[in-house]
Amino acid sequence: MSQQVSAKEPNAEQIAEQQIYKQMGVSDSEYELICGFLGRKPNYTEIGVFSVMWSEHCAYKNSKPLLRRFPTDGPRVLMGPGEGAGIVDIGDNQAVVFKIESHNHPSAVEPYQGAATGVGGIIRDIFSMGARPVALLNSLRFGKLESDRVKYLFEHVVSGIAGYGNCIGIPTVGGEVVFDDAYDGNPLVNAMCVGLIEHDKIQRGVAKGVGNPVFYVGPPTGRDGIHGATFASEELTEESESKRTAVQVGDPFMEKLVMEACLELINSGIVLGIQDMGAAGLTCSSAEMASKAGNGLELYLDEVPQREEGMTPYEMMLSESQERMLFVVEPKDEAQAMEIFERWGVICAKVGKVTDDGRLRLIHQGEVVGDMPVTALVDECPIYNKPSAVPAYYEENANVDTLRYDEVTDLSGALDKVLSSPSVASKAWVYNQYDYMVRTSTAVQPGSDAAVVTIRGTRKGLAMTTDCNGRFVYLDPEVGGRIAVSEAARNVVCSGAEPLAITDNLNFGSPEKPDIFWQMEKAVDGMAEACRVLDAPVIGGNVSLYNENAKGAIYPTPVVGMVGLVHDTDHITTQDFKAEGDVVFLLGETFAELGGSEFQAVVHGVTEGRPPALDLNVEKKLLDGVLAAIQKGLVQSAHDLSEGGLAVAVAESCISGGLGAKVDFATELRPDFALFSESQSRILLSATPDKAAELEQLIASYGVPVQKIGQVTGDKLEIAVNARSVLARPVSELKQVWEDVIPCLMQ
Amino acid sequence: MIKASVYVTIKQSVLDPQGVAVQGALHSMGFAEVGSVRIGKYLELQLDTNDRNEAEARVKEMCEKLLANTVVEDYRFELEG
Amino acid sequence: MKFAVLVFPGSNCDIDCYKAVEDTLGEPVDYVWHTATDLSAYDCILVPGGFSYGDYLRCGAIARFAPVMAEVAKAAEQGKYILGICNGFQILTEAGLLPGTLRRNTSLKFRCHDTVLRVENNDNPFTTQYQKGEEIHIPIAHGEGNYYCDEETLAQLKANNQIIFTYVDNPNGSLEDIAGVSNERGNVVGMMPHPERAVDSLLGSEDGKRMFTSILKAWRDRHESASVR
Repeated sequence: MSQQVSAKEPNAEQIAEQQIYKQMGVSDSEYELICGFLGRKPNYTEIGVFSVMWSEHCAYKNSKPLLRRFPTDGPRVLMGPGEGAGIVDIGDNQAVVFKIESHNHPSAVEPYQGAATGVGGIIRDIFSMGARPVALLNSLRFGKLESDRVKYLFEHVVSGIAGYGNCIGIPTVGGEVVFDDAYDGNPLVNAMCVGLIEHDKIQRGVAKGVGNPVFYVGPPTGRDGIHGATFASEELTEESESKRTAVQVGDPFMEKLVMEACLELINSGIVLGIQDMGAAGLTCSSAEMASKAGNGLELYLDEVPQREEGMTPYEMMLSESQERMLFVVEPKDEAQAMEIFERWGVICAKVGKVTDDGRLRLIHQGEVVGDMPVTALVDECPIYNKPSAVPAYYEENANVDTLRYDEVTDLSGALDKVLSSPSVASKAWVYNQYDYMVRTSTAVQPGSDAAVVTIRGTRKGLAMTTDCNGRFVYLDPEVGGRIAVSEAARNVVCSGAEPLAITDNLNFGSPEKPDIFWQMEKAVDGMAEACRVLDAPVIGGNVSLYNENAKGAIYPTPVVGMVGLVHDTDHITTQDFKAEGDVVFLLGETFAELGGSEFQAVVHGVTEGRPPALDLNVEKKLLDGVLAAIQKGLVQSAHDLSEGGLAVAVAESCISGGLGAKVDFATELRPDFALFSESQSRILLSATPDKAAELEQLIASYGVPVQKIGQVTGDKLEIAVNARSVLARPVSELKQVWEDVIPCLMQ
Repeated sequence: MIKASVYVTIKQSVLDPQGVAVQGALHSMGFAEVGSVRIGKYLELQLDTNDRNEAEARVKEMCEKLLANTVVEDYRFELEG
Repeated sequence: MKFAVLVFPGSNCDIDCYKAVEDTLGEPVDYVWHTATDLSAYDCILVPGGFSYGDYLRCGAIARFAPVMAEVAKAAEQGKYILGICNGFQILTEAGLLPGTLRRNTSLKFRCHDTVLRVENNDNPFTTQYQKGEEIHIPIAHGEGNYYCDEETLAQLKANNQIIFTYVDNPNGSLEDIAGVSNERGNVVGMMPHPERAVDSLLGSEDGKRMFTSILKAWRDRHESASVR
């Protein structure tokens, strides 16, 4: 094995003696294994390649045993986890492709580029499957919106998402933003992309056909983002602030051209395999494509387009320069492929060939500079079953009585406090920066329960949402996991869609800590159970670990991205009240459940106790009942009860509809509990008076508790509990409270 | 080889919202002495010529045609080498 | 009547414009690549929104030198109908086919939402089916839509009735609330709001439809009077 001439690079002996592999995140025992697979000590390029392939980001070495617990199959699933993105059948030879991915660590260091390249990466995952991306969503977490640093991160993450999505012309139609101290110094930036595809166009990332050429597409490779995948698998420290070189710069204009050219190439029918170069760039894409075909791959590194001079094989293999793809065609189709990229003004270079020996072989300046078994890179990374232990805080919370708080009698003031909590307040400041209308198919815009995008040429639509309440997951990971999936399903159903499947982004702290691993385990169990009962398998996702800061781990935040099918655009439903005189119903049961609620956090200043309970069978009945009612045309508006409970749900329906409501809630609970409890499996519906009786009957027939609580009327929100008025406010006033918070804080 | 350094700025008569925002930020950080801020673009062009007069004329043409929008922007440039 | 939708590298509202013509008029429409050198087959040319050439340097600055733009200038001279929307408006001002320029929004942020426009001139081929003074809902989506021109140009715009639309609630700092203008002859119109996004009530508004029906009517009127003659 030749060692490339680079004064900076240590040789194989030095790597072993000085344990340089450790700086790359490779442990002693992993290093021994690698030596065994090679039959010798790895050189610098090889250890670099192994380190990224064996990172958590690429190999899921700490999370794989947990991911196996998810249901990943179903009658509609055309492709589950493992490829760039999962695919679900939606009939008429069409399918929906979607995936969520995190870019937390890069965004913490350089928020604009970190968020922008996160969006760029997830878009490539979708179009590399052959799908046309039709929508983007995101899920964001920041510290409290008070410090300048948090405001800076928030502002630049949002403009990074906007900058990329707007330019490439894919609408950003939905998402969520939550502010909590738990995320201070470690923001979460999860981006999701949804695409449409015809069944016969589905692509896979395989290097098929021994002797076939391998092509590189996209801008030249620079030194950006080297060790991004390893970076994503480490804790954030002050030192990582100085690792700024690990952040890549995005070029959405280039990606637009690469996307159009690749989709044209795929439509031409000549592609045998195609994959994007995401984390770990050329290394990961080449090794995975070879592995999936059971073949080997030879790369001629001198042919790799380079932006900088004197790049070493190590740098080329590990660069995370953006907007790059790798594909394989037969030799006879080369010219046709080249013509397409030339027309789009995109660089395309032949950089390798498919071999039959199962090796990833790197050739540079006439010498073999790396030679590794593909299976060792892709399949042989050790999988760790980390120790798990119940955290002390969880045990302590069992004894916390969340009903001990003094009764809050100023419910009007409490509503103001909750509505003006930045996590609950209007996010128009955020989504008005996103072009959510381009492609002219956004039927439900951001701000309602789930966004809906119509499918041209059909009467169908896709509802989509991202959800997770990290506080609930923290207080009880298993229940919180169930809630995350259920809330997503509720949002999708409220928009008039049938839940299809989910993609998940598991954001957790360090898996080396037993109490964090316990959170992971329990949350996955809760989610898996909910997916089973609600018929929404997991078709792909992403794991982001080591989300910690000086104060410890973030709240466990397994974000759920769900897509549902609207069978007919007539079923599309929004949360806003529609007309005076409409009857308002509350579905589900309200208990005194304040643990982890917004009310508990904002009014009582704590997050403690147990979260609300959730019975999946109850949830399933509710979802089935509401979807049936919507599909029968009985529902004017539908809104899920989540943060802020009944009071906030009614207020939001009033504000977005520009109408008032008179509500009288019959309950045995104390009024402050009744209004702000966050009991699960509840939905607020409104119906025209002539359909109210039929709606009530239909919902009851599903075994779902339903209470007529009032009427849409006037321009005031008036709430009574057991006929005693507790709150009366002009809707315009509530609207101002709710709308002004974020713009004021960001001025 | 001649290096041209081109500066494109917003005309004095035209509002520069970015400049105003930066001025506000500097003020709030305590840099009260900042009067006004104008933000512009800086471009470096490597010209494959040794003829300064020709370079002067060509860069002017580039500025007029593409590099600056003379409706709202001024430009100036320096030649080196 | 035959429509062309220009496609520059980075155009992203080209599909929306194409669909709007197809859905509201059912007239023939083609995508025309930025390298095209012949637009003689077309009666109306739509210059769509997006981020042509990434909006690098300045919005529209690079696109205006694409080969097809010489043909657009020729078509304008021939009196053909040309509509530039959003980035298309920016390209037409850069090309000198429309007066003024578009600066960054005063908020310094990209803004995407519904806006209410007032029809200032319904005597233009693109607006005859609106009432003068009518208020219509057409969304915006731009970061640089802040219209500017010098006083002399503004006086000319007013004198020649070249201000087509104004914003009821100015979202970007535009001079005199200007949302859309025409050239002196009236056959070239540019606007920041997106009429092609307002042709279906399911998606929020149908108020943009009449721009397309107006232009078809204008063409038919002209065509018929020509064939009578």
